[in-house]
Amino acid sequence: MLLFFEQLLNGIQLGVFLFLIAAGLTLIFGIMGVINLAHGSLFMVGAYAAAAATEWTGSFALGIVIALIVSGLVGILMELVVMRRLYDRDHLDQVLATFGLILFANELMTILFGRTPLFLNVPAILNGAVEILPGVQYPLYRLAIIAMGILVALILYVIITKTRAGMLIRAGSTNRDMVAVLGVDIALMFTLLFGLGAVFAGFAGAMAGPLISVEVGMGEQQLILAFVVIVIGGIGSVRGALVGALLVGVVDTLGRAFLPDLLKLFMDPASADGIGAGLSSMSIYIVMAIVLVFKPSGLFPVAAAGR
Amino acid sequence: MTAPDLQDAPANAKKRHRFDSVQTNRERFMKTNRMIAAAAVALMLGGATTTFAADPVKIGMITTLSTGAGYLGEDVRDGFLLAVAEEGGKLGGTDVEVLVEDDGRKPGNGKQIADKFLEKDKVEIMTGVIFSNITPVVVPLTMKAGVFYISPNSAPSIFAGEGCNEDYFVASWQNDSLHESAGVYANELGYKNAYILAPNYQAGKDSLAGFKRYFKGDIAGETYTKLGPTDYAAEIAKIRAANPDMVFHFLPGGMGINFLKQYSQAGLKDTYPLVVSTASMDERIMGAVKDAAVGVRSTSHWNLAQDNAANKKFVDGFKEAYGRNPTVYASQGYDTAKLIASALKATGGKVLDAKDEFRAALKKADFESVRGEFKFANNNHPINNWIGQVVEKDADGNIVNSIVEVVSPNHKDAYADKCALK
Repeated sequence: MLLFFEQLLNGIQLGVFLFLIAAGLTLIFGIMGVINLAHGSLFMVGAYAAAAATEWTGSFALGIVIALIVSGLVGILMELVVMRRLYDRDHLDQVLATFGLILFANELMTILFGRTPLFLNVPAILNGAVEILPGVQYPLYRLAIIAMGILVALILYVIITKTRAGMLIRAGSTNRDMVAVLGVDIALMFTLLFGLGAVFAGFAGAMAGPLISVEVGMGEQQLILAFVVIVIGGIGSVRGALVGALLVGVVDTLGRAFLPDLLKLFMDPASADGIGAGLSSMSIYIVMAIVLVFKPSGLFPVAAAGR
Repeated sequence: MTAPDLQDAPANAKKRHRFDSVQTNRERFMKTNRMIAAAAVALMLGGATTTFAADPVKIGMITTLSTGAGYLGEDVRDGFLLAVAEEGGKLGGTDVEVLVEDDGRKPGNGKQIADKFLEKDKVEIMTGVIFSNITPVVVPLTMKAGVFYISPNSAPSIFAGEGCNEDYFVASWQNDSLHESAGVYANELGYKNAYILAPNYQAGKDSLAGFKRYFKGDIAGETYTKLGPTDYAAEIAKIRAANPDMVFHFLPGGMGINFLKQYSQAGLKDTYPLVVSTASMDERIMGAVKDAAVGVRSTSHWNLAQDNAANKKFVDGFKEAYGRNPTVYASQGYDTAKLIASALKATGGKVLDAKDEFRAALKKADFESVRGEFKFANNNHPINNWIGQVVEKDADGNIVNSIVEVVSPNHKDAYADKCALK
């Protein structure tokens, strides 16, 4: 039972981490209508910036702040140079252009930092484990990620529903031309929004740095999961991204943790291990398929009138 | 067309436009002419050089330079090219031309590049593949073309036993023996109960089979993970629940880095010690996780500090040329080149023109390996001395992988007896 609880917590933690990545993706994809495959590259930029800045300043907190600034700036630059030209284009053009950006970003990182993964460790203050239940030790850093995820969800909620900027974002996503006619500089707004999405991706990368290898191409592995999350949640819905991320995280973790043992009840151990491993890596896609059968626009569909 | 043109009367603009395009066409024509001329000159020059100098021996290297495992291929390539650079562009006194291409860890790419190297470039020696999912594509193509293949890394079991081939050589190790040696070391350390995990693909399954072939204790649990996952929380919780003596895993490159970081954060590194093979604990992994690697034991056929003249020359040369410590992969690339050099020297630079002599010279392996002694078993896979290592922090605070002892001397792989070669 304790093990189940621990695995559930692991699942929630993975879900929150996926939400950090998916939040920016769903904002850009849902509100601006752009498929941004290079979102994973912004994740990588954040992780690299955090690792390099932490090495340089000696402070993880400062590393995170610098990572936020760098990824935001890179995002804004990307919007001005590339994305801006893609809004009126076909989705296929967007996929091609942003795929090109992935190749470009990976090669640039190889030139700047080489192929050796960078070092980034958990800051001393968050190192170690705490006993959350009798007999269950849980790494403090993973708890910190959960806290950060909740914080990001709150910030996004407040920005989108309570502020004037959020109102314009929502209006712009429903009818861009009308908002522009009313005198809002929609181009500037989209640039800033893209920058905000980039900041979220960079933040996720920086937070992930101490847990995973900071290496070229690290973003693409996360990107696929992030797309699954936003498709399940409903493209453009931040609430959907949160629910989708938690669902994916829990299903994936519990699948990896218990499927092989479950299959062993009626199979020989060797094939149960193999089939269990195969099934558990499929589990999130099966969940996605089931959700799409019953809710073709995801769990929390966003009304996309006038687009 | 410049901006003011657009402000002219439409008719005028149209006329100008036509004029412009005529001019562009003429320019384009002239450019084309010039290009053809340049190409002709280049062809003439190229033809001239080939007439006067002997053709270099072409070596095709298909390796993995991109993805998270890109540093493996990078080090194999750099180690290989270091040996070529030592002789000023030659191996064994013969001019060589090394063609390097990235397979991106995809078998399809491997096939395309192999076709190109074998049919268009007419290479005489192939090498370079890192991953065991690409070797089964590249090696049969190479054998069919009657070209030599010398592996600097991957050596799956299918080419070690009944499927061995007289033109296929391995300068590294047979896949299984990498992990068998870890099993031997675990016995040596007195562990009775091991939890083992590996990615769910062929080399992962081979690794667990290899470990179990020699490990005498019980298996507390066995887990296949996804290939290239980033989160190991679920697996780590399962390890804790199983409460083993030790943990063995085969998670090379980035996967190993992810696992180690998370394993040490969960506080299990000292409770359930790790005994792995060198693929899961190399210099770059150590650099990326630092303190989290301290205490991890591994087995390898080569160590940075190995005390022999060839290794000293290699390590110093590598550091000077590339400004970093070589990994085990770099040592394998370097050994591969030195092996080829020894055979080229024996045949005076002939490869496909003197296949029997070249093959016999390769088999002799008359070169100074950085691992010390080097000899082939009957199936053209090396018989290695496996050493046990432990990661430590030295007096200056550097993380080093120190040699403990030789754990499995003269280790012949499990498939050699099934190979018909002598």
